[in-house]
Amino acid sequence: MNRLAPRHLLASAALLASAAAPLAAETHRVAPGEGGAERLQEALILAEAGDVIELGEGRFTLTDGLSLDVDGVTVRGAGMDKTVLDFTGQQGAGEGLLVTSDNVTLRDFAVENPKGDGIKSKGADNIIYRGIRVEWTGGPKESNGAYGIYPVESTGVLVTQSKVSGASDAGIYVGQSRDITVSENIVSFNVAGIEIENSRNALVTNNIATRNTGGLLVFDLPGLPVMGGGNVILRENVVKDNDTANFAPKGNIVASVRRGTGVLVMANDGVLIENNAFENNPTAHVMVVAYVQPFDDARYNPYARNVIVGPNAFGRGGDDPQLDGKEMLLAAFGGALPPVLWDGIAQGDTGLRIAKGVTGWTLGLKTPGQSLAEAQPGPLMLTPVESWDFPEVGAPAALEARLK
Amino acid sequence: MRFASSLLLLACASLGAGLAQADVIGPPRVNDAVIRGEGFPARLSDFAFFTQARFQMPNAGVHPYALNTPLWSDGAEKLRFIYLPEGTQLAADGEGLLKFPVGAAIIKTFAFGEGEGEDRRLIETRVLLHRADGWVALPYRWNAEQTDAVLALTGGRVDLTTPAGEAISYAIPNKNQCKSCHSKDGQVIPIGPKARNLSAEWLGAMVKQGALDKVPAGGGTLPSWRARKASDPAAPLARAYLDVNCAHCHQPGGGASNSGLDLRWEQADPHAFGIMKRPVAAGRGAGNMDFAIVPGHPEQSILLYRMDSAEPGIAMPELGKSSVDHEGVAAVRRWIAEMK
Repeated sequence: MNRLAPRHLLASAALLASAAAPLAAETHRVAPGEGGAERLQEALILAEAGDVIELGEGRFTLTDGLSLDVDGVTVRGAGMDKTVLDFTGQQGAGEGLLVTSDNVTLRDFAVENPKGDGIKSKGADNIIYRGIRVEWTGGPKESNGAYGIYPVESTGVLVTQSKVSGASDAGIYVGQSRDITVSENIVSFNVAGIEIENSRNALVTNNIATRNTGGLLVFDLPGLPVMGGGNVILRENVVKDNDTANFAPKGNIVASVRRGTGVLVMANDGVLIENNAFENNPTAHVMVVAYVQPFDDARYNPYARNVIVGPNAFGRGGDDPQLDGKEMLLAAFGGALPPVLWDGIAQGDTGLRIAKGVTGWTLGLKTPGQSLAEAQPGPLMLTPVESWDFPEVGAPAALEARLK
Repeated sequence: MRFASSLLLLACASLGAGLAQADVIGPPRVNDAVIRGEGFPARLSDFAFFTQARFQMPNAGVHPYALNTPLWSDGAEKLRFIYLPEGTQLAADGEGLLKFPVGAAIIKTFAFGEGEGEDRRLIETRVLLHRADGWVALPYRWNAEQTDAVLALTGGRVDLTTPAGEAISYAIPNKNQCKSCHSKDGQVIPIGPKARNLSAEWLGAMVKQGALDKVPAGGGTLPSWRARKASDPAAPLARAYLDVNCAHCHQPGGGASNSGLDLRWEQADPHAFGIMKRPVAAGRGAGNMDFAIVPGHPEQSILLYRMDSAEPGIAMPELGKSSVDHEGVAAVRRWIAEMK
């Protein structure tokens, strides 16, 4: 029973001999089939730092959430369409897989139909998700779980080459974290494709966000343990056809996202949107707004500050906005709204900046929380800026290197 | 301890000192070596916490205790024990968690069925071992014969009927799930034995036995759930219930810290414990509502909605619950309804 005792003893002997003797990593193979769920959970518990848990090809049927709490473990499947963790019959836990340890790599497997979130990593620094698929196979439904890939309260996050579909909140949600790269993912049929919330130093690049309610969201919200979102770059993403009706359960902040939003920036300090391709986002390709709800949090700044819309390829869009007064607006702007929608709310001189050639319209509001009834819509009359300084951001290079 | 030594004296007197060998006179002592050791003991009996395990008769040094307001687990009856190695004692730390010496253990057995005899079925026993490098939490599952419990690292499920008459698939947590609740800032810690949730009588008796250094100030302040009456004020009962059932995750450094919801007994900020607080990552758990607690409106309060559900993805707590605690829901509902 006590399979690990010898290694534990070896480990302590080694530690006594020299302070940092690395252990020989082991590879544990787990195949689906009879007792697969138990064998998999057992492997996750008994793994030691540096170990690899290899999931065989096929389908694991799970009734309970899995969890990993050992640093430095790699969990690797045979491919996102070959190894499937099937949570259709899940009876307990708030997510499919929970990771609470550092330096973990998750790659090449799928999580299907979890009752809550797909994969959550909390306080798990330097985590990599690569080639992961999280999917609610019944399509977009309010009864689907909230988040597909869900790192939170972590420093060092890389989510890459993964796919999420059907999340009733955000496909890929990074919350209350720092030093983040979200790259080369495909997010579709979620309420929010990718959401960066109360996080700093995030690079969102080379993703495809399509058929969501909103493509890419950058939020900063009050009342959370970690505050002060900003330094976020959205670069070279394809954001198209985000036209799925909002199916988020009400009460969640994303339930307020209008169908047909490409990028939505709410509050935050420092967001750069450049070199993305936008096509057919019927409400707005880019929306920049203050937080409008009342709040009681002295740490919070509801303004969207230092947001820059650089050069982007703006295709057709804004031609079927989910906005009050839609007909009037469309008539006023000649059949389609210009690509950038700003609420007009600026804190001092930190208001929206645009590059040459970027067009938009403004609601002409002045203060966060001001009623939309007081909006004075009109074309965006900003003097384009020639250049800007913006810090380079993203996950530590060591994370990319770990995948080599 | 004193009980055991007096037994020993009696035995010596009657049998004569020459025959007084430990294995003749009484059961083996609790196995300190496996508590402090490195591995995960395969069987509950390896610890020797009980002289008669089936009847949960504590061995020498094993002290039964109860909580004023207990954690609800599908209506399971819980038998709680603290083991203290010979020559050690607990240390009081105000109203908070008692301080445990290294080598101590906390043992909790979950049972269903009536009485203390054959009709009572032991399902699982969870142990917390205080080792030199921290606490270790392990689940043990009772065998069908009820002779011993076996390490269940990966947890398991047991079909049973709750005292409320509901047939459920009862979940035994896996080792990691033990930590999900028993953790603060990534370290495993005990939850239950806080002075405020232990009776003054028990604390006094422990001091008398030498098992606790002093009676802590603020001991026994949580209301007694079992003795509650309909006329009792709603707030202390509800806040005690939420503290015991929810706050191990819903506090800074806990498993649900990112929600910003802090349900600890001592949290005085109404927004922090949920009043007019918007959800952060509730998903469909929000149930189309905007706030955790809306004063006067339990039917608009997410907190109550999630307590009142057994559906994964909605239900709170996420672990250790396969059915709804209707009495707990009633107490929290009354508190919200009476709130101005």
